[in-house]
Amino acid sequence: MSLDLTPATLHAPGVNDFAVKLANVNGTGSASANSLMMQAIFRMGVPVSGKNLFPSNIQGLPTWYEIRVNGQGHTARALEYDLMVAMNAATYREDIASVVRGGYVLYDSSWPLDPDLDREDVTFLGVPLASMCIENFVAPRERILMKNIAYAGALVALLNIDLDVVSQLLAETFARNEHLRESNQKALRLGYDYALENFSCPLPFSVSAMNETAESILIDGNTATALGCLYAGATVVGWYPITPATAVMDNFQRLCQKYRRVPVLGEDGETTYENNFLIIQAEDEIAAIGVVLGASWAGARSFTSTSGPGISLMNELLGLAYYTEIPAVVVDVQRTGPSTGMPTRTQQADILLCAYASHGDTKHILTFPANPRECFEFAVTCFDLAEHFQTPVFLLSDLDIGMNDWVVPKLTWDEDWVPDRGPVISDEQLAGMKEFFRYANENADHVAARTFPGSDDKGAYFIRGSGHDQFGRYTEKPDEYQQVVDRLARKHAAAAPYVPAPIIERREGATVGLITLGSCDAAVREARDILAERGLACDFLRVRGFPFVAQVREFVESLEHCFVIEQNRDGQLRTLIASETGVGRESMTSILAYGGFPLSAITVVDAVTEHLEI
Amino acid sequence: MPSITKPLIPLAPLAKNELGLTIRDYEGAMSTLCAGCGHDSITAAITHAFWELSTPPHRIAKLSGIGCSSKTPTYFVRGAHGFNSAHGRMPPIATGAYAANRELTYIGISGDGDSLSIGLGHMSHAIRRNVKMLYVIENNGVYGLTKGQLSASADIGTRPKKGEANEVAPIDPIMLGLSLGATFLARSFSGDKEQLIPILKAAVAHNGLALIDVISPCVTFNDHEGSTKSYRFMREHEVKEVVTDFVPLRREIHANIPTDGTRVVPMHDGSIVRFRSVPEDYDPHNRSNVEEYIREHQAHGEVVTGLLYVDESAATPHQMGHTPARALAKVPLRELCPGADALAALQEDFR
Repeated sequence: MSLDLTPATLHAPGVNDFAVKLANVNGTGSASANSLMMQAIFRMGVPVSGKNLFPSNIQGLPTWYEIRVNGQGHTARALEYDLMVAMNAATYREDIASVVRGGYVLYDSSWPLDPDLDREDVTFLGVPLASMCIENFVAPRERILMKNIAYAGALVALLNIDLDVVSQLLAETFARNEHLRESNQKALRLGYDYALENFSCPLPFSVSAMNETAESILIDGNTATALGCLYAGATVVGWYPITPATAVMDNFQRLCQKYRRVPVLGEDGETTYENNFLIIQAEDEIAAIGVVLGASWAGARSFTSTSGPGISLMNELLGLAYYTEIPAVVVDVQRTGPSTGMPTRTQQADILLCAYASHGDTKHILTFPANPRECFEFAVTCFDLAEHFQTPVFLLSDLDIGMNDWVVPKLTWDEDWVPDRGPVISDEQLAGMKEFFRYANENADHVAARTFPGSDDKGAYFIRGSGHDQFGRYTEKPDEYQQVVDRLARKHAAAAPYVPAPIIERREGATVGLITLGSCDAAVREARDILAERGLACDFLRVRGFPFVAQVREFVESLEHCFVIEQNRDGQLRTLIASETGVGRESMTSILAYGGFPLSAITVVDAVTEHLEI
Repeated sequence: MPSITKPLIPLAPLAKNELGLTIRDYEGAMSTLCAGCGHDSITAAITHAFWELSTPPHRIAKLSGIGCSSKTPTYFVRGAHGFNSAHGRMPPIATGAYAANRELTYIGISGDGDSLSIGLGHMSHAIRRNVKMLYVIENNGVYGLTKGQLSASADIGTRPKKGEANEVAPIDPIMLGLSLGATFLARSFSGDKEQLIPILKAAVAHNGLALIDVISPCVTFNDHEGSTKSYRFMREHEVKEVVTDFVPLRREIHANIPTDGTRVVPMHDGSIVRFRSVPEDYDPHNRSNVEEYIREHQAHGEVVTGLLYVDESAATPHQMGHTPARALAKVPLRELCPGADALAALQEDFR
């Protein structure tokens, strides 16, 4: 079997197979026009993705949006752009350079383009967006905002997007504002008509309606995570604002106001509302996790959402929770570290930080969602795991999953769901007991039953982060101390079959394995298909939880060689697999993308190919 | 006193409170603090206050941070639910517990290192939020467990046992509380149980965070000449012009409430705080007045004690959050879950 070892390139563009990049200035209203395009393609039933590559800034800096349309469902980041919508003069040079040979550049021809920027091998499509909007709109703000909708209109014509679908979306968005609705419709037509009159529409690549998204939704991971926390029954949350996790709490609050307000008829006949939630915006992340520990100790389901810098601050109390066995759900929407790093860029570099958070010997339970649907499902799982094992549990999302809209199958809910509260002793049970000790009488998973504060005196105990014996009493004796921490290690190991199971897919004749996690999923799957077309069959494993089940070790051992694909500099997943399963590090090669943008299949294919050449 | 071993059989029958419990039922484990530690006296006052209030022990949640003071929750109300957390982190943990179960009585025990240095931010924000809890600072001006370093409450000029006199400005939790919008501020002295017990009882009744700064001499590291947190200094410089009584709702509703200009403050639960021998120009509802009064005395090297400021009108986080009267932790999870139909319906917005 001969392998095609030339550098990867995606297919030649065509119907339902192309990528558009839109270069904008942030704070000018482009985001809504860009997501409008993506949503319209989604409504046309065609698999699509939208990646917002934005700066850590409110107004005036370059920002990009990438739309990839792929009828096969491969919607990881493209890296090669068939059409560039160049709306930011400050980045013209790099934007025009990044278009593929034979591609197109749409720009605002109200001003002439610098001849230096010309490229023989691409087609320039000039639309006088600013002039059009100055002629047709009066208010200065509107003249700026409507340029975005005008280029969207041109794209509708160029890409054969259904105009009725776009009009309908605008009507829905501006249902309550007639003026804006009309302005938007007008701007849309301006761009649309101009493109039809001046260009040969559609372009060689375009959208054609399919029926692939009827059972799907368009949702970002932060919203889906918030929904999961709502459904799991979280009532108390402590949090501190941080990009890119803030929207988890914004959405949780919004959802609570809708679904957790209970009408109460007062004595005066007036209906008031009671809120079955209490959200505490804390003074810092230390306090945020402190609130979670207090609330979980008191018997509520509680969580916090943060990003890497917040996890750093939470380390102290995560150790307290681990050692005193208090449930806690921590959502980490990972961004680029270390330190402040790049707050609006994505990464998967908190894996080891979360796995071993806090000083001393600690080990935590992790879940790794790959998309918003898994954010929803795993969020619920996290609460069950946290209470079942009485320990912190992490949902390791990232900026790409959390802040971008993804097409995922509709979320479903099992009405027979029974929450796993873990072992808890009620007052009735206490009455029948001779004595209660917090950490005695462990179950098969090495977890001991707890009581909640307010329980009968007999169930009262003293939580301490200082050394304690199996009864919870203060100790400084080596054997008594070790007995407890050894049980904690067994407890962590016992969680392996409870965390989301790895996805393993085998291929006939595969000798190479691709191991990945989280938001790398789509790119790695696409890379696997490309490699197969080139003659290299690969097995696939996506870990979805830590501690690892035996299948992870068995997978690595069953293959000649594995690649571990992840978005950090140091190969953290590879390290975790090697140190926790005992497989040799040399049996796994890292493929790493950690510049802050979502992974592309091209990166994976090129890295695998390069390695096999040697 | 929990610091001394008690006889197995009491010499005289012990008095019982409304729940039929004796003071012994409100004690805890033996203290491991130094003999004569001010903290043990505070522990005894807390024990008495809860016994006298007839608070069911299991309805009390006692929390602390790290330090000598934070060891003391072990020494009172053994039937209460306890949480000895991390250095400075007691306030957020208490906030979370209170958020989850508002039905319990929360007492947080902290020290000057715990609350005025490492946990200053947390304490400040718990005060701002007006978390309904009793917050006791056992203030001795030193780090005892690490052997006598000066803390942030040490006065200028105070001398540690070894080393130079302090030149760094102290943090006064009462002054800080006044500026943060605290709703209940008191200062007392561990050697004055008669004053401390009514203040503790009033603090339990208070609708919000009741901050009590108790000067509590450290016999081992800060009870020498040159210290402003010693027994001798306090006995010589304490000004007890603001004297308060606490009148619980149930027992003394018929008690003679003086009408001779003495201030009477009704608490949220219907009990009453009565200010006795308050200086004529003192108004415990007026922040600037209270601040000025304390500052004037401070200028003369005097420490004003008593219930210094109270405001029963401010809302707690639960009142602000419009939560139900029952604990959020008791709402069945099934009631909290919107269910499959709602999930299907809400996803129409994601098309």
